[in-house]
Amino acid sequence: MGLETKPLSTLHEKSSYDVADFPVPTGREEEWRFTPLSRLKGLHNGTAAVTGGVVVDVEAAPEVRVETVGRDDARLGKAYMPADRVSAQAYSSFEKATVVTVPRMTVASTPTVITLRGSGAGAAAYGHILVSVEPMAEAVLVLDHRGSAVYADNVEFDVAEGATLKVVSLQDWDDDAVHVSHHHARLGKDATFRSFVVTLGGDLVRLSPSVSYTAPGGDADLTGLYFVDAGQHLEHRLLVDHSVPNCRSNVTYKGALQGEDAHAVWIGDVIIRAEAEGTDTYELNRNLILTDGARADSVPNLEILTGEVAGAGHASASGRLDDEHIFYLQARGLPFDEARRLVIHGFFAQLLEKIEVPEIRERVLSAVEAELAR
Amino acid sequence: MSTLEIRDLHVAVGDKEILRGVDLTVRSGETHAIMGPNGSGKSTLAYAIAGHPKYTVTSGSVLLDGEDLLEMSVDERSRAGLFLAMQYPVEVPGVSVSNFLRSAITAVRGEAPKLREFAKELKAGMDALSIDPAFAQRNTNEGFSGGEKKRHEILQLELLKPKIAVLDETDSGLDVDALRVVSEGINRFRASGDTGVLLITHYTRILRYVKPDFVHVFAGGRVVEEGGPELADKLENEGYEAYVRDARKADTTSKASA
Ligand SMILES: Nc1ncnc2c1ncn2[C@@H]1O[C@H](COP(=O)(O)OP(=O)(O)O)[C@@H](O)[C@H]1O
Ligand SMILES: [Mg+2]
Repeated sequence: MGLETKPLSTLHEKSSYDVADFPVPTGREEEWRFTPLSRLKGLHNGTAAVTGGVVVDVEAAPEVRVETVGRDDARLGKAYMPADRVSAQAYSSFEKATVVTVPRMTVASTPTVITLRGSGAGAAAYGHILVSVEPMAEAVLVLDHRGSAVYADNVEFDVAEGATLKVVSLQDWDDDAVHVSHHHARLGKDATFRSFVVTLGGDLVRLSPSVSYTAPGGDADLTGLYFVDAGQHLEHRLLVDHSVPNCRSNVTYKGALQGEDAHAVWIGDVIIRAEAEGTDTYELNRNLILTDGARADSVPNLEILTGEVAGAGHASASGRLDDEHIFYLQARGLPFDEARRLVIHGFFAQLLEKIEVPEIRERVLSAVEAELAR
Repeated sequence: MSTLEIRDLHVAVGDKEILRGVDLTVRSGETHAIMGPNGSGKSTLAYAIAGHPKYTVTSGSVLLDGEDLLEMSVDERSRAGLFLAMQYPVEVPGVSVSNFLRSAITAVRGEAPKLREFAKELKAGMDALSIDPAFAQRNTNEGFSGGEKKRHEILQLELLKPKIAVLDETDSGLDVDALRVVSEGINRFRASGDTGVLLITHYTRILRYVKPDFVHVFAGGRVVEEGGPELADKLENEGYEAYVRDARKADTTSKASA
């Protein structure tokens, strides 16, 4: 398959299933300049030895069909074509893929939980997941990443006409894990997609959630929360491609950073193509920098190629804890640490409320508490 | 019986000296009104007593029952029994009023109130100040009107029951109804007789509802005249102009002689 170049877009220039179509990144490329390539353990240049194990375990809702399939399954790669070298490497290297199907008109009664457990960061592993939500169906999916791994994967969310998919993706890796992942949602007519990304653990996590629309009425909400500790590199690269009229997207990512060389990267690319009239989109990134030595790079990028938008905006801000908040709480008797905890809690509170799976919300909440207690 | 003792207090913001020797003693059972024009340093006095990091005490002392407040952190001062109702209460995103108040009560009383008792206490407190119970779930001060913010400050005053309360222009920006509600709250707080109030205000209006025992006129960063309630009447009629003029004159003289 040849290189496919999308016209007009400066954001998401090419995609291909073939690794060879992407040169090995040097770190000077726009899409790689923030990522410390030396810590990718060879995922980007083909030197990663494919012996590592990530065990995929699915606990599915009774209404949902789960299959483990080989590379040749015709359903794979339909909703998403790899957009960079690591993604193409993962696509051409995985051995088994997991396919989750929510049948037409079916409302899954419980969340479907896919646990991806790494057994060591000594070797690389590749994966692929396809979640297909058929017309008018509804489901909640949890992706739970744990343990230690060097792992690259692609996750396709194919949300058909009138269907609803809510995804929580938890990157709760051990300290030495490396994870490079693409999550792509393709939305049919009037489809609803809710993504909630929580990234806490890992040495390097680079997660690229993207959304495309095939028909009007698609509605995507992409929410993210991250907590970066000393030495961690946590990168989120959002891309929403509005190519059909009257779709909606909202991106809200918030992160807190603490410790020497804690590094957060947030890239928010939204493109509204000429034909995407009536688009309504907003993206926001906020970083709370709790200590010296931590750094947040935040790059919102809104490209509007039509004159007829319903709404389009973006905002990005990185800053310290507000002294006035702390003063007010201390003036009400709260010791500094307690005041700080409450303010950070407040910073994330609105986001946490959006996690619709109570067990996951509790887990994220206590993970955030644990980070604050460090 | 408590005493707040402010002695020869000098306070600067950056290089700029704002308070230039304030002396004031507030005992429980007493209400002191501090009245002065905008920019005279009233809020600076309030913030300095509470320990806001922007205000540097360059000399003088502030004692609460003989203990040096200036040696304490902001939260220690609060737990020692000092309360500051802010002129501009701060919005704290994502922290509900209920969570905020419960955290404050826990900190000040040294133990968490039982949930049911807290709920009852909160409800009673809000009713007394005509605060809509829905506010308990709203983010602290976020999107509150000026009057709602001030009621919320007085709610905290009543719940935390400090020894000494410094109320910084709690009356400003209130309509007559809100002023009455807020004043009643302050009066309930005073009623026990073992609390002292330092009521900072720009206008005499609130003094009709909250009767002061002493009135101090503040200008140019110090107390320039003191008296009983009758001093407020004089200010009502004559305004601050004479004091401001005198303070400026004193300022230029001291600069010239320096
Ligand atoms: N945080 C601050 N930064 C800079 N200047 C300040 C600050 N706080 C007060 N000031 C200055 O100190 C003076 C007194 O202010 P303030 O104490 O707010 O007066 P009041 O409360 O009587 O209106 C004013 O000239 C004001 O500009
Ligand atoms: Mg003031």
